[in-house]
Amino acid sequence: MILTPKELTELRNTIEEANQAALSHMYNADPVLIDVAPASEVMPQLGEGMLLHAGPPVQWPAMCSPMQGAVVGALRYQGWAGTGEEAAALASSGSVSLQPAHDFSAVGPMTGIFSPSMPVFVVENRTLGNRSYCTINEGLGKVMRFGANDDSVIERLRWIEKTLAPALREAVLRAGGVDLRPIMAQALAMGDEMHQRNVAATSLFFRAIAPHLVRGSSQQSSLSEVTDFLVGNDQFFLNLAMAAAKSAMDAAASVNGSTLITAMSRNGTNFGIRIGALGNRWFTAPSLMPEGLYFPGFTSDNANPDMGDSAILETLGLGAFAMAGSPAVVGFVGAGTYRDALNYTQEMGEITLGHHPHLSIPNLDYQGVPSGIDLRKVVETGISPAINTGIAHKEAGAGQVGAGIARAPLECFHQGLEALVNEMESR
Amino acid sequence: MTVKNHVLKNMYRDSVALMRLSQEMEGLENVAQATAIMGTDNNKDLLAQAGLLADSGKSATPNDLIVAFDLTSPGQEEAVITSVQQRLMSGRQRTGGGAGYRPRSMEGALQTLPQANLAMISVPGEHAAREARKALDLGLNVLLFSDNVPLEDEVGLKQQAISLGLFMMGPDCGTAIINGVPLGFANAVPSGRVGLVSASGSGLQQVICLLAESGEGISHALGVGGRDLSGEVNGAMMLEGLRALGEDSATEIIVLISKPPAQSARARVLEAASQCGKPYVISFLGEQGEHGKRASRGNVHMENNLEGTALRVLKLLGKETPGWASLDDKNRKRIESIIAGSDPGHRSIRGLYSGGTLCYESLFILRDLGHLAGSGLEQEPVGGDLLIDMGDDRYTVGRPHPMIDFRSRCEALVQAAADPEVGVVLLDVILGYGAHPDPAAELSPAILEAQKIARNDGRRLACVVALCGSPDDPQDMDQQEKTLTHAGALVVHSNALAARIASAISRGGAVPLPGGDTRG
Amino acid sequence: MAEKRDLLGGPPATINVGLEVFADTLQELGFPVVQVDWRPPAGGDHRLTDLLSRLERSSDPNAEGTN
Repeated sequence: MILTPKELTELRNTIEEANQAALSHMYNADPVLIDVAPASEVMPQLGEGMLLHAGPPVQWPAMCSPMQGAVVGALRYQGWAGTGEEAAALASSGSVSLQPAHDFSAVGPMTGIFSPSMPVFVVENRTLGNRSYCTINEGLGKVMRFGANDDSVIERLRWIEKTLAPALREAVLRAGGVDLRPIMAQALAMGDEMHQRNVAATSLFFRAIAPHLVRGSSQQSSLSEVTDFLVGNDQFFLNLAMAAAKSAMDAAASVNGSTLITAMSRNGTNFGIRIGALGNRWFTAPSLMPEGLYFPGFTSDNANPDMGDSAILETLGLGAFAMAGSPAVVGFVGAGTYRDALNYTQEMGEITLGHHPHLSIPNLDYQGVPSGIDLRKVVETGISPAINTGIAHKEAGAGQVGAGIARAPLECFHQGLEALVNEMESR
Repeated sequence: MTVKNHVLKNMYRDSVALMRLSQEMEGLENVAQATAIMGTDNNKDLLAQAGLLADSGKSATPNDLIVAFDLTSPGQEEAVITSVQQRLMSGRQRTGGGAGYRPRSMEGALQTLPQANLAMISVPGEHAAREARKALDLGLNVLLFSDNVPLEDEVGLKQQAISLGLFMMGPDCGTAIINGVPLGFANAVPSGRVGLVSASGSGLQQVICLLAESGEGISHALGVGGRDLSGEVNGAMMLEGLRALGEDSATEIIVLISKPPAQSARARVLEAASQCGKPYVISFLGEQGEHGKRASRGNVHMENNLEGTALRVLKLLGKETPGWASLDDKNRKRIESIIAGSDPGHRSIRGLYSGGTLCYESLFILRDLGHLAGSGLEQEPVGGDLLIDMGDDRYTVGRPHPMIDFRSRCEALVQAAADPEVGVVLLDVILGYGAHPDPAAELSPAILEAQKIARNDGRRLACVVALCGSPDDPQDMDQQEKTLTHAGALVVHSNALAARIASAISRGGAVPLPGGDTRG
Repeated sequence: MAEKRDLLGGPPATINVGLEVFADTLQELGFPVVQVDWRPPAGGDHRLTDLLSRLERSSDPNAEGTN
């Protein structure tokens, strides 16, 4: 959908022009998993004594309990603190630099913590050349993603670092990289929306990587552990999808002057958005509570506000935006009937600039997922982007308590609009 | 007094739907007073004045729907709220796109109906111009029903439309029929060879209904809004409409209906008409003197009333004078009997109109016949006859238009009956799509009551009804006429004839012919 | 700029924005119509609609001095 120069000049004004260019970058992004390596190795800006977190900027005192728990776990994992108490003291002393992952071309689900030794997926957008990073999904249960930080969590992270990641690295390099967009397109046709449901995508990824895994140098026992791990985690592909979406959105963000929403993210306290024309500025407001279904024994009283960088998926047009193609997720997020899921996709079509030419929904006659959220349309219609989200327990480490649909606070978009108008009028 | 407010957040319904809902709520048990209204500041003031505003209503935003009610006995809120919610949700699945989705924007609607070529816009006036502009930008023709649109916006919209080769019908355009498809308040008429462009909705309806009754159909009926022939707008859309009908192969005769135009607009229209090969009937309602019939020239025929316009069209098409143009014997006898039974001093005319143009036409016909007739809008009361356009803004605040809701007119009718000066009540009843499904059922009790009031006071009250409808309209015109006649009304199909009958009864003389002569 | 759509060539296909009764009529008669679920723009917030208008004007290269 790249416009010819003639088509570009016929566009009515500079915003339209910028939006079309940004959309072009989004649609044409070709994300490829090219490497798996420790963050310190492939993310050069990651400095000494620095941890990354999900969402817009937030400092230790304001962090929600799960995120504080995850920071504690990361400090212990890195060996910068011994016990949990030492880690908490270190964090609150201010000597640990806590930065948004987004500022480092990275995204992380839920608490989204990155530390130097953690292995990350390296995803390159072959079209434009930009790279994005995401941690490896730990699986379900007691995981750092939800703020758990005991020895079992640390051990698992070490296993990921020392066994899983090297095996994956070798396989990926041997494969010459793994194309992610074809997997995502196929997974959409198989009922995944890539936020709450990734089982098809995970299976397809496993199929792509398995021949290279078994031909690698891993010992039998390691290989068994690795394959057991991959096979046992339905959400494994989530992190790859996030990195792929991030690489597309970063490409879109390289265009000046668009009203495209280039990022949506939450730090468990606040929800933040970024707007093309306003670069890296965050516009934040308190996160809203998701509405959905709770696992047995849990209620909304146990829920943490919306959290994680996974809203990058909806920013691209997946997740809740693609819900019409994912009947199985409907019940999971409490969306009601299939008709309601269809309505979500159509509703999101009211606030997006187009439909993705490569990511489409078969039962909508292969119409592309609604893609490219326009700041102006959000404000005008009052329709806020919907996000299919997991609901974390508000206590660190207690894990996931449910899944549902959260809305981005409109306040973020109102602030952004005001800032954009001031900026454009002052030119 | 238990006043409760229930606020439904982020729920919008249009004004007509809300008034219907309010009416239904007031019919519920235990409800003394009720209204459903959007939470704008204006509306909250109205609620407060009516004593219906509670705390939760005060904090509602314009995007929220406030259900406010006053119960006769406490503890019934749940039942009322449940009932309201059911009504709000029912019927939301119809007219949707795929699987019942209702798009939130015109762009969204275009995704559902890509072949759309017309946007019909009836949102509140302050938002109307913006929506119309968006529609034109999307390449859609526009029928703009909304009124209270600033004149400069109308000028801009019509300029934009013309530059894009699109139609902008309105603002304040309530009626159009295109290729047989009824838009807004329109009648079911056959397709045929007469094309019309009108700056008046009810005027347009009257002419096409009279033609339909005579078996003549239309090609298209376009509306241009009431201000199109003003100096500022200068006939912009009228000319586009005339040009389109000139080029339309199905159209053999072109009819133009408007109140008297501004000078420059008139010149443009007459110029365009004389250039066209087809016969034109131009109806500048209420015009006299040099602009009257003597101004007919070549293919352009001038008329100054709706009945005359229809008659002229029929004549040009070689049709005989139709039955609706004159009094039948039964009606003539009734008129004579009414006159015989009335006291000459008590026969002023009270007009209660739903169609603004029909009211306007009756006023000038009566004045032409020498009546002192006022519209109620004058600075000084004129004295004598009073003809009120009850569709005017001042009568429709918080109430639906009299074409769809008869309560105001029924009340006014009964009040008029109590006035010993009034001897004739003159009403229009407009049928068709969008109008009330059974006007006769609504009016008949009031007509009966009015006559009873007069009789008890030793007077006779005549009720003359101009029934404007087509034989194919959903309301069953025959049945409507029978019901009204049975209640004592004198029913004719031409508004001008109804006005002349009112004049005759008022003066105790013969019914004048069109043009002012009388014949018994 | 969108392609212009001819009006008189055939029966109109209508997008109805506002009073539902008009869409009801068309649907009962079997003519193509879609009802827009219209709300006041930006929830009726004039500050926001004003910002949107200003944004449009400030980005339009043809809008020198227009208001």
